[in-house]
Amino acid sequence: MFVLDTIAHRLKRGCETMAYPAGPAPALPDRHGGALKVEASKCADGCNVCVPVCPTQAITRPEGKPVALDLGRCIFCAACVEACPTKAITQTGDHRMAVRRREDLVLGQAGEEQVRLAAALDEKLRKLFGRSLRLRQVSAGGCNACEADVNVLGTIGWDLSRFGIQFVASPRHADGLLITGPVSKGMELALKKTYDAVPPPKIVIAVGACAIAGGPFVGHAQVRDGAAAIVPVDLFIPGCPPHPLTILDGLLRVLGRLEKG
Amino acid sequence: MSASTPFALLANATSIPWAEVPAWPVAELVRATAEELNRGGRLCAWFGVPEGEATCLVAVLAFDADNTLAVGRSLPFTGNYPALTATHSQAHLFEREVWEQHGLTPEGHPWLKPVRRTNGDAPANGEFFRVDGREVHEVAVGPVHAGVIEPGHFRFQCAGEEVLHLEIALGYQHRGAETALAGGPHRATMSQMETVAGDTTVAHATAHATIMEALAGTEAPLRAQWLRAIALELERLANHTGDMGALAGDVAFLPTQSACGKLRGDYLNLTALLCGNRFGRGLVRPGGCRHDLEPARAVQMLERLAPALADTEQAVAWFWDAASVRARFENVGTVFAAQAAEIGLVGPAARACGLVRDVRYDHPAGWHRFAQAPVAVWPGGDVFARARVRSLEIQRSGDFLREQLATPPEGELHGELPPPSPDMLAVTLVEGWRGEVCHVALTDAAGRFRRYKLVDPSFHNWTGLALALRGTAISDFPICNKSFNLSYCGFDL
Ligand code: SF4
Repeated sequence: MFVLDTIAHRLKRGCETMAYPAGPAPALPDRHGGALKVEASKCADGCNVCVPVCPTQAITRPEGKPVALDLGRCIFCAACVEACPTKAITQTGDHRMAVRRREDLVLGQAGEEQVRLAAALDEKLRKLFGRSLRLRQVSAGGCNACEADVNVLGTIGWDLSRFGIQFVASPRHADGLLITGPVSKGMELALKKTYDAVPPPKIVIAVGACAIAGGPFVGHAQVRDGAAAIVPVDLFIPGCPPHPLTILDGLLRVLGRLEKG
Repeated sequence: MSASTPFALLANATSIPWAEVPAWPVAELVRATAEELNRGGRLCAWFGVPEGEATCLVAVLAFDADNTLAVGRSLPFTGNYPALTATHSQAHLFEREVWEQHGLTPEGHPWLKPVRRTNGDAPANGEFFRVDGREVHEVAVGPVHAGVIEPGHFRFQCAGEEVLHLEIALGYQHRGAETALAGGPHRATMSQMETVAGDTTVAHATAHATIMEALAGTEAPLRAQWLRAIALELERLANHTGDMGALAGDVAFLPTQSACGKLRGDYLNLTALLCGNRFGRGLVRPGGCRHDLEPARAVQMLERLAPALADTEQAVAWFWDAASVRARFENVGTVFAAQAAEIGLVGPAARACGLVRDVRYDHPAGWHRFAQAPVAVWPGGDVFARARVRSLEIQRSGDFLREQLATPPEGELHGELPPPSPDMLAVTLVEGWRGEVCHVALTDAAGRFRRYKLVDPSFHNWTGLALALRGTAISDFPICNKSFNLSYCGFDL
């Protein structure tokens, strides 16, 4: 009898929601590697072996300039980490990567080896959204992996709604948009209309390499290389797709709901 | 198939010199293809290859019972040709696509309109089919949907609650995946193949890697083939379990919904245990695999797999136990077996109509030549049958994984990969969790891609959803849609 079964099951399992953020964050899979760290000072003279191995052209090293890795374009394949002969590019194992400004994702120079993590919204917006944030999700050319790992935050393990964050069906009910995908031309109009339908003040969150910079399809005639080409973006969450923990960290960070760093 | 077929035969995951693909005047290609379809062949791909100002049409057929594929082509031509769709509806989207991509007009095609082309900042949808009558009303849904889901547009013609006709207009997700492959492989190609449909990463990546190996006249080492087969079943488990949860959610059966939501994540995490990425990105590469499943890791995988499978079994049992769930799924969204065969359904949607159709079994390549799971079939063609096939496949994928993890083949993970041969055509089919993933590549004189055709299972199956809605209450659209759970970006490319 499923009625008794399910009740017994629930009692046996207890609460399955993770302790984070009050408790420790769950570990990333060991082969995930986490965020990248780029120490241009360690680069050998004239070396640029990492540049051609990057599938999304996230790494540049113009003549006489230090190497720069754009974590917004990065799809975390770690080909550069394997290729670098001097270990100038490494992975930190850190799940935290969300930033408020696009340039905070560019790594390499002294003092900018790692991402400059997002600060919380200003006081006024935090008062408005800090305990209740309703988002309308728009997939604009997303491959359904970013969407899936946003969706997963709604499952019992993550239980996003305990933070007052919810995905709503209409932009009119929303405080902001969460965008995935490079913004395919086919979705340009729909994205604009959805954005316009959200009442101000509103925030926009770009999730994944596609929404930040075009992802694997960067530079294609059929895509706009990210959400910022169409709407102003307030939070960038890198990854392909970002791990659910990275997305959750970004959301809580911008709402000022993380106790420490 | 008969021994006298004029088509060139080849096995899955192999290649054939372009010069050996028989070429006929286009009317003859259409006639010969129609004849093979009448004899039980299936259309896997139908696409154009530009040849100067003109275009050759290429047909790739599958003879499932004979475990063989067949290819033929037309001589280059421009302008019109007699539509294959006029007699065989499984060609209808292929012919629209060829018209859109190459300007060849299939004469006699009943519904010739764009497939995915964009017009400025939205898809060029064209006119929708309309049912007239005072009682008839039209419902338009999308492109932006209510959930966290990809965009597409649905246009219903309804009489009261009842759907008379559903037209599905896609193209919103078009990223140019196929065009980007011309002249390739490029350095972004592998990542693009992994994201053709992001929930089908392993199947598309395996299809592409196998194409590269077939073009080079080689194979990945056995250990890599074994790992790909494992990752493919993990992908199936994650998605099928997620679908069972989503179906439960849509009929407000919360115990299974919440259990499956979490379990889906457990399977994704097993893929991440293997390669770091929950969707299997970075695992499959032409020539082999990039990460190994060392003995300790395999033990860990088995240890984590066992409780996940047991919990899934239980969560799904609640679901089948509940008369309130069964009653919502039975006789809803029915596609009849004859319709399914006619429109060329693939994957679980086809098997839920009683069609025994599974690439792993019909056209075994890679590791599936040595190890197979029984094909899961259920008659009925309704939401119930589609859910039923998924729950059977969950069990069988689980058994397959348990067996395979216990007996790993030894050896290298990555082998030598010579460059692709020039002027070759290679075909690969992989049974992804939604059904048949088909890649076809043709190289030029320098061994670069002259044409690369991608066919996601969704390309065959969206028509199935449209048919399932006929005579169904519009309020049942969500469960019908979930029971297919098709890819938008895999269709839009
Ligand atoms: S960033 Fe990666 S995972 Fe996300 S939508 Fe783009 S390709 Fe898919």
